Amino acid sequence: MLYRENGQFKTTYQADQQIFPIAQDRWGVLLLIAFAFVGVPFLVDEYMFRAILIPFLILSLASLGVNLLVGYCGQITLGAGAFMAVGAYAGYNFLIRVPEMPVLGAILLGGATAAAVGIVFGVPSLRVRGLYLAVATLAAQFFWDWAFLRIKWFTNDSPSGNVSVSNLNVMGFEISSPLSKYIFCLSVLVVFGLAAKNMVRATIGRQWMAIRDMDVAAAVIGIRPMYAKLTAFAVSSFYVGVAGALWGFVHLGSWEPAAFSVDRSFQLLFMVIIGGLGSIMGSFFGAAFIVILPIFLNQFLPVLGALFGMEISTATVSHAEITIFGALIVFFLIVEPHGLARLWSTGKEKLRLWPFPH
Amino acid sequence: MSFFIETLLGGLMTGMLYALVALGFVLIYKASGVFNFAQGAMVLFAALAMARFSEWIPGWLGIESLFLANLIAIVLTVVVMFVVAWLVERLALRHLVNQNEATLLMATLGITYVLDGVGQTIFGSDIYKIDVGMPKDPVIMLESMFEGGVLINKEDFIAAAIAAILVAALTLFFQKTPTGRALRAVADDHQAALSVGIPLDRIWVIVWCVAGITALVAGIIWGSKLGVQFSLSTVALRALPVVILGGLTSVPGAIIGGLIIGVGEKLSEVYLGHYVGGGIEIWFAYMLALVFLLFRPQGLFGEKIIDRV
Repeated sequence: MLYRENGQFKTTYQADQQIFPIAQDRWGVLLLIAFAFVGVPFLVDEYMFRAILIPFLILSLASLGVNLLVGYCGQITLGAGAFMAVGAYAGYNFLIRVPEMPVLGAILLGGATAAAVGIVFGVPSLRVRGLYLAVATLAAQFFWDWAFLRIKWFTNDSPSGNVSVSNLNVMGFEISSPLSKYIFCLSVLVVFGLAAKNMVRATIGRQWMAIRDMDVAAAVIGIRPMYAKLTAFAVSSFYVGVAGALWGFVHLGSWEPAAFSVDRSFQLLFMVIIGGLGSIMGSFFGAAFIVILPIFLNQFLPVLGALFGMEISTATVSHAEITIFGALIVFFLIVEPHGLARLWSTGKEKLRLWPFPH
Repeated sequence: MSFFIETLLGGLMTGMLYALVALGFVLIYKASGVFNFAQGAMVLFAALAMARFSEWIPGWLGIESLFLANLIAIVLTVVVMFVVAWLVERLALRHLVNQNEATLLMATLGITYVLDGVGQTIFGSDIYKIDVGMPKDPVIMLESMFEGGVLINKEDFIAAAIAAILVAALTLFFQKTPTGRALRAVADDHQAALSVGIPLDRIWVIVWCVAGITALVAGIIWGSKLGVQFSLSTVALRALPVVILGGLTSVPGAIIGGLIIGVGEKLSEVYLGHYVGGGIEIWFAYMLALVFLLFRPQGLFGEKIIDRV
């Protein structure tokens, strides 16, 4: 009844080719963004910003980047954490070594550096495929873990690679309160999200998808595999690098290489798979799921234990947490192998017919 | 020169241990097309079970002899690994048939978390030791050939020997027994195997059991070397370059890959490490594997990848 495109006639090419061709989608997204900017700040407290919303926004950006590579171009990567680290540390170096460097510029340059590194580590994808490639990308992960610990120049000679950034100032605004951090991350995410949505329906995105579906066939119809694969690595690493810089600068403030360990890479891949491969929407769902689930389990398990009159020790809680986390992931993969995004689109199909089934 | 030989032998023996873990990956991938990330967690799980059982059994049964206690502990752990294998197949893999590689990979990563969590809940999360009576004292060999001889850890030597025996046994099992033949048939073509009456479900359980046993052997050896603790599950990450270097589908590949990676790692750490600040072992292994992959994208002994449109 509400969600139906009947009567929406497209009379111009422009109307036919807009990002959200269905009016309800268009207004829904606009309302959502407006609500995120205006409504959310009134509704949530500082803890929510710090523990859930800011990590969610930044990790959505990262998982968006990973989804461009894994979901759209079909190159499985287990090295996303490394590119986050490259983004964060490169941004840090630009910030402290270049005089008068604006924060936003440092973050974007961090992303650009990550993109360059991504191209280098993407080169094996021209030869190596599938799981072999996935394991090969771990090389990037371990190399950069090591580099930021051992090469002191990257971390400005700080012991154990610990660096910190303070007094963030973006175009005259002080980024220090949780609210300002939230708004800053949200703005970046909206810009990058729209860019991604546009990219995947443009030439470049279609090339990626052709490569994903079958790279030999794509090469036969005139798509250059090298160009398509390396751009996918570059764009994805740029997104992930910017997310890494945000994670370091805005969320953590001071960080060490362990913040971007191999677990982070796995976490990002989880987001993409649980959310839905090859779906912009899915990246957000996945990020929300993976960010909220551990926090929920952490809060919920002791309460559940108390309900049954059991005293659960912290060690048991943390073990139970990872057990349930793992079990839920397997469960989700079994129930909906195509991710939460598929549930979303099934829901939309249902909504189209509702309340009359024919 | 003797120092070089020492490093080389040390590398070969570590390589043998990597090969043990890598073997678990290859077995499961061959038979079911699942890249089993949980192999490391299985090693940890088996080692934990083994360590705790051998600690508990003297109390339970009043057995004094260390040998007997260890023997019973091994039998019990094998039973536990069978149960794990059966549960994994029953609850997870059976429902994920025909999913794409990335989904299966993530599912096994989920299983990793479950095994880590459950293992540490049941068996505790401190550092335990496994004592199967392996001699720890070093021996000096080849004194006639080099001045001062070559120093070798006896434990490493025995571990490498056990690994070699296990590999030989597995090869025999695969080549000579009816079950082994069925396993190879399934690895070759699932549908063809089904149509000649090979029960796929049971084969998968068997494969996971075999992988569980190799995990147990790896767990005992690594555990008695390093102590049983959470970091043991990261040996999977050390074994991954071995798997891709040797080829995902090849048992001999796992062995030879293990030896190459083991030697490469040790030599690089000793001869290159101090130029760049040390600790390069782990990424060097990956880079080495990557270089080999650039020339042979399917690994040294993997099945040739043929593209058809």
